[in-house]
Amino acid sequence: MSQALLTVIGEDRPGIVAAVTQALYAADCAIGDASMMRLGGYFTIMQVIDYSRDFGAVEAALDPAVKRLNLRVHLDPISSVPAQEDVANVRVTVYGADHPGIVAGVTEALAKIGFNIIDLESEKSGNPERPIYVMIIQGSAPQGLEQVRQTLEPLKVEQGVEISVHAIDTALL
Amino acid sequence: MAVLPILTYPDPRLARPSEPVAEFDDELRTFVADLTETMYAGPGGVGIAAPQVDRLQRIVIVDVRPKLGEDCHGLMVLINPELVAWEGMAVGREGCMSVPDFTGNVIRAERIQVQAQDPDGRDRVYECEGFEARAVQHEMDHLDGLLFLDRLVSRKTDLFRRKNYQKKK
Repeated sequence: MSQALLTVIGEDRPGIVAAVTQALYAADCAIGDASMMRLGGYFTIMQVIDYSRDFGAVEAALDPAVKRLNLRVHLDPISSVPAQEDVANVRVTVYGADHPGIVAGVTEALAKIGFNIIDLESEKSGNPERPIYVMIIQGSAPQGLEQVRQTLEPLKVEQGVEISVHAIDTALL
Repeated sequence: MAVLPILTYPDPRLARPSEPVAEFDDELRTFVADLTETMYAGPGGVGIAAPQVDRLQRIVIVDVRPKLGEDCHGLMVLINPELVAWEGMAVGREGCMSVPDFTGNVIRAERIQVQAQDPDGRDRVYECEGFEARAVQHEMDHLDGLLFLDRLVSRKTDLFRRKNYQKKK
């Protein structure tokens, strides 16, 4: 069994996920971790797939869907690296009047303290004349919550955004 | 006392609803002792429900002291529990002995009032909040054949709803 990372983008319309996953299933592929969502006017898919036939067979299987739905596809063979052990223990939410530099500023500060981003979702939203930017980051903070708070505190003024930091506490029941 | 084997998903027995307890006898109290020991032996060790050990009776045990210390009710044995009041909503990540190696976000009431009987059949009422309230609600779901997997919400749900208004042209 080999692994590949499959990226698909296309103008958003109903049926993209069904067409891609049906083609993969017919070609004996299995889907692992996946992120599928609309970004702007496009629908995007990134997923890890396991395939048992040769690489070319996967590409060939996707071809009819690609042509019919006018998709762009990228398939990268990857080695089967096990997922990292660290789990998200902190969630950072950021929002404010949209302007360039919010993501760069926040994530640079996080990188400096060794914060490992596991998940980042953001959205430009609101009135088109006065858009707001909303970003939710989940990751693992090696030194814990308080260090994240202190690191991000100056950015509230620098970037003119609201930032809140919450513990992600797992209730094992 | 004995540590009982835990059913794990996808065992279909976890989906069956449990029956109310009618007999408050020594057999029940022995089972409650075993169930309590099984809970403490688990990875979280703070909550368990009878159907998780393949006994379809409405029995829940919660003791969040390992997590909160003495700032809680301690050991609660909830037999035939009913939620009589609840308020507030909070998203929190949960895991479950019956669903190993998976955690996910679930919305629960922040404060609850739960009415139940103890192992001797006496009526009890508890008011719980936060983590303890979450644990009680999670375990009570097992009595109706529900797992936290049935209540998963998206990572984004805590703060921002998807915009659903029309854009003006």
